[in-house]
Amino acid sequence: MHKISTYLYTLKQGIINIGKNKMFSLASVATMAACIFLFGIFYSIVGNFKNIVKDAEEKVAITVFFNEDLTEDDIKAIGDRIGKRSEVKKMVYISPEQAWEDYKEKYFEGNEELSAGFEEDNPLANSANYQIYLNDVSKQASLVKYIKQQDGVRQVNKSDVVANTLSDFNKLLGYISAAIIIILLLVAVFLISNTITVGINVRKDEIAIMKLIGATDFLVRQPFIIEGILIGLVGSLIPLGILYFMYGKIIAYIMEHFIFLNSIMKFLPANQIFKMLTPISLALGVGIGLLGSRITIRKHLDV
Amino acid sequence: MITLSHVSKCYTEGIPALNDINIDIEEGEFVFVVGNSGSGKSTFLKLLTKELEPSEGTITVNGVNLRKLRRKRIPMYRRNIGMVYQDFRLLKDRNVYENVAFAQRVIEKSPRQIKKDVPLMLSTVGLAAKYRSNPKQLSGGEQQRVAIARALINKPKILLADEPTGNLDPDNAWDIMSLLDNINARGTTVVVVTHNMEIVKAMKKRVITLKKGSLISDERPVV
Repeated sequence: MHKISTYLYTLKQGIINIGKNKMFSLASVATMAACIFLFGIFYSIVGNFKNIVKDAEEKVAITVFFNEDLTEDDIKAIGDRIGKRSEVKKMVYISPEQAWEDYKEKYFEGNEELSAGFEEDNPLANSANYQIYLNDVSKQASLVKYIKQQDGVRQVNKSDVVANTLSDFNKLLGYISAAIIIILLLVAVFLISNTITVGINVRKDEIAIMKLIGATDFLVRQPFIIEGILIGLVGSLIPLGILYFMYGKIIAYIMEHFIFLNSIMKFLPANQIFKMLTPISLALGVGIGLLGSRITIRKHLDV
Repeated sequence: MITLSHVSKCYTEGIPALNDINIDIEEGEFVFVVGNSGSGKSTFLKLLTKELEPSEGTITVNGVNLRKLRRKRIPMYRRNIGMVYQDFRLLKDRNVYENVAFAQRVIEKSPRQIKKDVPLMLSTVGLAAKYRSNPKQLSGGEQQRVAIARALINKPKILLADEPTGNLDPDNAWDIMSLLDNINARGTTVVVVTHNMEIVKAMKKRVITLKKGSLISDERPVV
């Protein structure tokens, strides 16, 4: 265990390292900031898009119709089996009576007397159905396959286009984001590593003296580790601040200038986005700083 | 205190920098190691600080067999050895006080201990008045005194000096040798590598002579 004064000393030396190596440190902070900034933008886009997809998913339902000879108990037994599937979020049973009521409400509104003739003979007597809402639209195909295998199921109505489009676009956006972020993070690791290498070269004589005097590996390495962590930390705090400031303004701008989007998109509030984005970005910044410095120390510092 | 037993060091196959060296240095001794360039003097010092490993033989310092010394223990071992160099190796961005304090900071001495020890050590080497000076503002002799203060601040049992007067004029060279003699008189074992034969002859100390990696003489002073 080291003394508090030792930790303070290494912290001070880490800060001095950054000061001695201003241009490289600035370049590293800027790259890190650019990475985290882009990460934040993608995170916000993906977060909002997922919210839209989730919203849309909640509206996408599979409708299951049953054979005429099935009793209500048979239908409910099939419904119980379907309801146990993990893909199912919510199921609503629509009885023939309910189906007729809904139909009347929709098509005979204001002309209720026209439907009076059907009161004794429900034209939708065979329309008992389940409306099934999914946890994840990408799982629609597997659930439909299962439902079709059930005895007594007459027809399954589904929307492949909506489900597939939402699912595919979601995946595509995720892949593009991941690829860009990985490339940028690798660049950040490389730049931080270069900065630390320059720092080690600047302090080559000092390190040699430290080692001969009897400094432990911890004391020789720690200032460079701190340098990397500080670069990562500052490089993630700056874009987080900018993004927080910009997010609300951009959402307000979109809502004001693209009014038609208001009906199809529900943007997440800044607090909800930054609740996860802040710890992830800070962890990424510090982690990359740590990784960059550790790689360099292992390569260039023989202690 | 320092024992080299059949020590050889080869950098490249077949060309020994040191060849079958046997030396015993007692605690409190003052020893000169002399020889021309390429005689193996620097290799000898680097073996003692464990910057290099011998190709053959055994080195024991303060009862520690260096071959068996684990990597993790090297910093602790080095704290018992002070090093002084021809080019001083001071930190140019720090003043005299900070250069000496640096040696204590890196072995994790408390700030209170540093504040107590550094002024005392600077008085010992005669630089108390110049504690705020930058190394660039000091003469060669004064810079070497700072280096000696830095080497001694952690109270090592052994002081190794590699050509400590190599960059100094004769007056400063004599001052430094006199300081090293005083340090030795207080009980520190001093090993000085030099080719300044004038000083070696005048100081009448034990002289180990190396030539092309071999020990060719080991003369002790006549008491």
